[in-house]
Amino acid sequence: MIASIAPRALSVFERNVFVYRRQWLMIATGFFEPLFFLLGIGFGVGGVIGTLPYNGVEVPYAAFVAPALLASAAMNGAIFDSTFNVFYKLKYARVYDAILATPVSVGDLAVGELLWSNLRGVIYAVAFLIVMFAFGLVASPLALLTPFAVIFIGFAFGAAGFALTTHLRSWKDFDFIFIILTPLFLFSATFYPVEIYPGALRYVVELSPLTRGTHLIRSLCFGDLNLLMLVDIGFLALIGLLGYRHAVSRLGKLLLK
Amino acid sequence: MNLSTSNATALIRARGLTKTFGSRTAVDAINFDVRDGEFFGFLGPNGAGKTTTMRMIAGVSPRTAGTLEILGSDPDTDGPRIRGQLGVVHQQETLDQELTVRENLLIFGRFFGIERKEIAERADQLLELFQLSDRAKDQVEPLSGGMKRRLSIARSLINAPRVLMLDEPTTGLDPQARHLLWDALQRLKRSGTTIVLTTHYMDEAEQLCDRLVVMDQAKIVAEGSPRQLIEEHASREVLELRFPEGTSRISKETLDGIGDRYERLAERVIIGCENGEAAHARALEHGLTPESWLVRRSSLEDVFLRLTGRSLDE
Ligand SMILES: Nc1ncnc2c1ncn2[C@@H]1O[C@H](COP(=O)(O)OP(=O)(O)O)[C@@H](O)[C@H]1O
Ligand SMILES: [Mg+2]
Repeated sequence: MIASIAPRALSVFERNVFVYRRQWLMIATGFFEPLFFLLGIGFGVGGVIGTLPYNGVEVPYAAFVAPALLASAAMNGAIFDSTFNVFYKLKYARVYDAILATPVSVGDLAVGELLWSNLRGVIYAVAFLIVMFAFGLVASPLALLTPFAVIFIGFAFGAAGFALTTHLRSWKDFDFIFIILTPLFLFSATFYPVEIYPGALRYVVELSPLTRGTHLIRSLCFGDLNLLMLVDIGFLALIGLLGYRHAVSRLGKLLLK
Repeated sequence: MNLSTSNATALIRARGLTKTFGSRTAVDAINFDVRDGEFFGFLGPNGAGKTTTMRMIAGVSPRTAGTLEILGSDPDTDGPRIRGQLGVVHQQETLDQELTVRENLLIFGRFFGIERKEIAERADQLLELFQLSDRAKDQVEPLSGGMKRRLSIARSLINAPRVLMLDEPTTGLDPQARHLLWDALQRLKRSGTTIVLTTHYMDEAEQLCDRLVVMDQAKIVAEGSPRQLIEEHASREVLELRFPEGTSRISKETLDGIGDRYERLAERVIIGCENGEAAHARALEHGLTPESWLVRRSSLEDVFLRLTGRSLDE
């Protein structure tokens, strides 16, 4: 089954390659945002704070924040593609109507689009990892695994974003997505340890998919292998699967009526 | 009707094909066969159910009831295989605005799983055939309406389909672009492609179709070749009398006996007859004073009018 679906999903992926061969600058812009946060918060605020206790050791603030920025860069890459670009193709340009007139199914379509949005997340993560090396913010060689680990982040946010986008009616509805993304970015143990939250609030934050992604990436960057990382992966994969299934069922309802 | 003989070569076969959207019936138990190599048409006004029928054939709209067989398979269960052998041109433009003209063909071939090298060769042939070679590297958006439509058709042929499905391919085109497209479609048909087309232009159906069904309000109301339909449902000639101030005050008695039959529209009376000139003379004898009049041969428009009491563009 995979052998017969894979080429069709890849052809949907390939369409995006065609488009972005000419628009690679558009992709490059997404790399600067986490870089600015690293300079402004990581080094700027970090200059005031100095160090932070992490796993019982004092670590430079910038080294603490950088893995979280890497995780959110992957999130942003995947989300941007599976929301704005998917909406354009779904509602505005009728690209999907054309694609579904071929042997490609809604499942192939969703897989192809998610592969692409995930690649975008991975590209940002790799670029940011290079920056981290350059600034000497990488504590462990396990950090080299982060480009693989962010695939789970990209899958969770790509699929969830895709699923959400199938419910949007107009460009104005995109405000919703920002209302969700900004607090997600700010409060998911990005700039301080999750232990800071009091009582029940902490457990809510622990359930944020970005908190899980950040925990996964931070653990790798500090070479701190722990069992909670399996929970991170499982949780992100679960969100991805649910999002994917919902997106496919919505696409069927919208396009195959 | 002898169904068993026509089945032998039917590429598409529908029996009792039905589609409902909530309480609205868009396609109501229609039967038709499309045979290998023919140019088959669905003629009908807006809302007749043509697009819905095309979508069911293309396997992107599950039917509510009835049976549908396309190239020997059921689109509900064998969608990808069937779509692999169809070419589809939607009523609304679905070209990829983010790609160039040639890239539109290249990527479409990939959706069908064709090898890149083969696609590239075919794409260049198709661009040549549809006179788009000099626009190959251009973006889609600045193309004229006629060019976009030709590109849509070229793209739908990238998989060398057994059946080409065209939903209102010339709607919105100027007369010159329409004729260019008609020529291209005739050439395609001669090269052996089976073509299914929907239209609400009777001249288009008459020009292109070997056989057609007339659809109205979700049902098929007539079927045959354009010539058969005209012979069966319309008289030889038509006399049209124009009354700009309306036709409602003209009595039935005045109209009876001028020709074989008549239809009264808002500002026109259309009279089917053997000889239009003679009918005109009789109309004047009956005391009618039309502002203008004309005599023409009967067309599919008259067939539609006769069958439904309405004109196609009403
Ligand atoms: N997705 C849909 N939901 C509800 N009604 C629809 C839908 N698609 C078509 N219809 C209705 O079905 C009827 C036939 O439409 P359509 O097949 O588009 O006709 P045509 O192509 O002949 O103009 C119309 O009354 C139309 O409003
Ligand atoms: Mg239509």
